[in-house]
Amino acid sequence: MYFMRMFGNPKWVTYGIILLVLLFIPYLLSTHDLLLFEYGLTFAIVGLGFNLLLGYTGLLSFGHGAYFAAGAYAVAMMGKYLPQAYAMEILIPAALLFSLLISIIFGFLCVRHTKIFFSILALSLSMLLFALLFKLYHLTGGSDGLRVPIPTMFGMAFKGVRRPLFLAGTYYYFLLAMFTLSFLIMRGIVSSPFGKALQAIRDNEIRAELIGIRVRRYRLYAFCISGMYAGLGGALWSFVNGHVTPDLSHWVFSGEIVYMTLLGGFGIVEGPVVGAMIFTYLKLYAMGNTEYWMFVIGATLIILVLLLPNGVAGGATALWTKIKNKRLTAENAENAGKN
Amino acid sequence: MWVIYTLNGLYFAALLFLTSLGLNIILGVMGILNLAHGSLYAIGAFMAAWTIIQIVTKVPEPLLYVSLLSGFVLAGIVGWVMEKTLIRAMYKRTLEYQLLLTFGALLLLEDLIKMVWGGQALYASAPFDLLGKVEILGSVYPAYFLFVIAITLGVAFLIWLFMGKTRLGIMLRAISLDREMATGLGLDIGRLSTLAFVLGSGLAGLAGALVIPTTPALLGIGMEPLIFAFIVVVVGGLGSLKGALVGAMLVGLTRSYGIAIFPEIELPLLFLIAGIILVAKPQGLFGR
Repeated sequence: MYFMRMFGNPKWVTYGIILLVLLFIPYLLSTHDLLLFEYGLTFAIVGLGFNLLLGYTGLLSFGHGAYFAAGAYAVAMMGKYLPQAYAMEILIPAALLFSLLISIIFGFLCVRHTKIFFSILALSLSMLLFALLFKLYHLTGGSDGLRVPIPTMFGMAFKGVRRPLFLAGTYYYFLLAMFTLSFLIMRGIVSSPFGKALQAIRDNEIRAELIGIRVRRYRLYAFCISGMYAGLGGALWSFVNGHVTPDLSHWVFSGEIVYMTLLGGFGIVEGPVVGAMIFTYLKLYAMGNTEYWMFVIGATLIILVLLLPNGVAGGATALWTKIKNKRLTAENAENAGKN
Repeated sequence: MWVIYTLNGLYFAALLFLTSLGLNIILGVMGILNLAHGSLYAIGAFMAAWTIIQIVTKVPEPLLYVSLLSGFVLAGIVGWVMEKTLIRAMYKRTLEYQLLLTFGALLLLEDLIKMVWGGQALYASAPFDLLGKVEILGSVYPAYFLFVIAITLGVAFLIWLFMGKTRLGIMLRAISLDREMATGLGLDIGRLSTLAFVLGSGLAGLAGALVIPTTPALLGIGMEPLIFAFIVVVVGGLGSLKGALVGAMLVGLTRSYGIAIFPEIELPLLFLIAGIILVAKPQGLFGR
């Protein structure tokens, strides 16, 4: 019954069509554009998780680079110290576990606070991880970072395969599968009782507490889930990039994650996905065309905040509702005329 | 050696106090956390370095120290423009947008610095070299660091006078204590907010200017002080002057001793202490 309703729902039909297009992306794009698209997909996963915290729980973290870095470094460190276990099916759970661990520790301190205090604390803690990655150079490679070799996947070895080839082939479909899975899980989380409880906390903390929601614990859960999403994104990103540096944990990188989420629009599951894609292309375009790319990004951000407060997806939704309402009123007027 | 470490700690605390004081004034009066605060620090640093390079051979030595004020002035002006054009539009918006807007301003300012002064490092160590070294308790120590500590104490005293004794300062404190009541009493929130933002920005610029004789002006020079200022604000409590002072001392001395004893984990040590304070007192030492 549920599936039948899904097929009737225009939203799920749209998802299906988009997924179908995504399956053929490697044939449509050049290798360069495909790599860019893969960067966008990994950030989309991060944005999905980040949105749970920002859009649904109402907590703005300026330190999510830390969990991204946790996932990415988990992969890179496994490659360096445990090469015999360097297989995708081990790496992904390891990255998830490590980012979960870090987000439990940091989250425990952060969720005691809200608003600005939460933001500063999350930011400062991510800089702690940055400092550790930077300073413990005999472990982490310091500012040079670590190389991320191509892993084996489910028994398949890719010895001698060049990275672009690996990324354009098997890896793209793995990434797409991970993205689809993340997306569906996030949709499930958001519409589950747990997701509703988070939204209740966002809207009114005291009321939520009075109806029996354990506010701080739920915030920590949301924090950890979004941390794991960031970690997954980081791990998948590290294979695309082939190299990890401490900058991933720098708060300016976290700021970019916030930017993407807002660019797409938070509070809508699909928003950050759109935002991540646009941001990836915008940044590359700016970097390719001017020395002052930060200026371009910063100016775009300011204009966006001033003019389009609900993000691109939010703006589109609002426009769609407006058109629909207009059409409805037009129809009503017509019907009234007939009568 | 301990004399040196302590003095280093105090010197570091002085710079940190100026930076976090500016951040705290803006936060207290306007309720806005300015992520671009580090860029204002950088503007102060670049401006001071540039001014010193321009005049170093042409003017008598004492004027070089006065020229450090150029950092304060330019950062103040940039702060004024920022408040009038960007921050003003954000008063009624939620925290996310305010933070994101100042983040956008940070990116903008960092590249503006690059456009104006180029990507090259600016060296202006004349004020540092001219003061030479002094002997304190059997250790030789650069006199310039003592100069910075003295200046900071002077600024702290002035700010204390301003906030505590002048009409304007009392109005600023009234706003940070109870914004609604202050509006009700007929205070001009808009103009006072501008004043607070300019003052806070100027203080960041002054801190940047003071550091310039000891280190070259580099792109991204304001990033690290900003993080330390955040830690100071977190430890000391939001919007508290006493908190800024005590927090800066704590962070400055911890860092200095930390570098001496555990050079590799000086920052984690700092965070450990900050973490313990936060678990014990979630609002910071002097937070409301």
